[in-house]
Amino acid sequence: MAHMLRGAAAIVGLGLTEFGTLPERSHLEVMAEAAHGALSDAGLTVKDVDGLFVSNFASPFLALQAAEYLGIDPAVLDSTNIGGSTFVSHVQAAAMALATGLCNVALIAYGSTSRSGGRAGQTRGPLGRVPYEDVYSPRNPIGSYAMAAARHMHEFGTTREQLASVATSARAWAAKNPRAEMREPITVEDVANARMICDPFTVLDCCLVSDGGAAVVMVRSERAGDFPKPPVHLLGIGVGVTHDQIAQMPDLTVTAVAKGAPRAFGMAGISRDDIDVMEFYDAFTINTILFLEDLGFCAKGEGGALVESGAIAPGGHLPVNTNGGGLSCVHPGMYGLFTVAEAVEQLRGEAEGRQIDGAEIALCNGNGGKLSSQVTAIFGTGATV
Amino acid sequence: MSDNRTFDSPGPDAIYRAALENGAFQIQKCGGCGAHIFYPRAICPACGSTDLGWVMASGRGTVYSTTVVRQRPERGGDYNICLVDLEEGPRLVSRVVDTPPDEVRIGQPVEAFIGELNEEKVVLFRLAEAG
Repeated sequence: MAHMLRGAAAIVGLGLTEFGTLPERSHLEVMAEAAHGALSDAGLTVKDVDGLFVSNFASPFLALQAAEYLGIDPAVLDSTNIGGSTFVSHVQAAAMALATGLCNVALIAYGSTSRSGGRAGQTRGPLGRVPYEDVYSPRNPIGSYAMAAARHMHEFGTTREQLASVATSARAWAAKNPRAEMREPITVEDVANARMICDPFTVLDCCLVSDGGAAVVMVRSERAGDFPKPPVHLLGIGVGVTHDQIAQMPDLTVTAVAKGAPRAFGMAGISRDDIDVMEFYDAFTINTILFLEDLGFCAKGEGGALVESGAIAPGGHLPVNTNGGGLSCVHPGMYGLFTVAEAVEQLRGEAEGRQIDGAEIALCNGNGGKLSSQVTAIFGTGATV
Repeated sequence: MSDNRTFDSPGPDAIYRAALENGAFQIQKCGGCGAHIFYPRAICPACGSTDLGWVMASGRGTVYSTTVVRQRPERGGDYNICLVDLEEGPRLVSRVVDTPPDEVRIGQPVEAFIGELNEEKVVLFRLAEAG
């Protein structure tokens, strides 16, 4: 028997702000623009929303702030923060709240001014002291991901050039996306020769720091056909966690995708061969290699060769991060919701010059902390439910 | 070795820090399952027992991974950040010092000592003497 959440809820509204530098704006203003966009897309207003899902690094009481700011009278609120994979986990929470009737219209929204900062701005990274690690100034999160990359190179012979292929693939996709921030082509040499940040990562192995916002509206699938745009149905979702502090990650070459993704596939009742397009939280180049391996698209250790083959770039057989990803499209501190946004555009057939022909099923993988939390969500068109 | 006072004051974190101030690098050992534990906990993450005691860390370990945090010389220059697997099992973040940071290699044996960073006593490592 199918899982009760399979096909229970669908995304019927999507809102995105401009990406890049949004000066003299507060994070709430950016979030409100995205939320308004998503609700307008669905033919709704804030007065229709009774489930609110928000999070950021700066505001412990963001759910209250956002409800007040937007004029929402919520029956369900969730501002859980598990790092940048939050928002993909919010899709799980929203689907549960919708399926059980706790709410009828769920809004998941994020806005940030990570680049511009300012009085009401966002911090640039996770807050909260990590008591046994921060004293060493590991430049988190970069240092932790860099050590995962170094370990992967040591164990499997993954090369500097293979890491760079992740960045050049993302950039090639971004070149097709008018919304993406960084659209000039780059080469493997450009990545390898860029300014070193934390070995082996240069600045081009690291995601952007942007201003920007995104929002989606979810409803129960039974009424998802009543909205202007084609619904994007949730088929499966799974959460996995391995650690908070990087020293507690059991194996730096195996992420919690290996735990969460089987839960998502099990719920969806599909296999990885059914996936048409994937959107990963590529905070750093090593992420994409690890996630491809942990999703089973290649054996452990072979992810570097897979990306180097061009598989994930435009024209490849495993399109990944068709918007340009956090590396080249946008990265406003927490990227999770932007993976969902791109999946929605692909499954609606609205991705224009970067559209994957006939895309019916999309996989999103949100990543949080220092490879700490992973949330895999599988979405499909109406034909897949 | 297990006195099972895990929820008494001072807590495991304070006991660890006090020992470090006095020049001792201690880790916990679980009386329930025998696992060595770092960082200090109130409950064994391996088995759930609260029967936790203290042992002196051997200080011997192996570099599990390493990076160089690149920093302009006027801000203090480059430095090493690493993960060390202690001989007893637990892994911790630290720095290998007294060696150029980009010459630290995965798999190298290292030895702990208690040093100071940002006016706080911390466990640091040096490359172990050959032989």
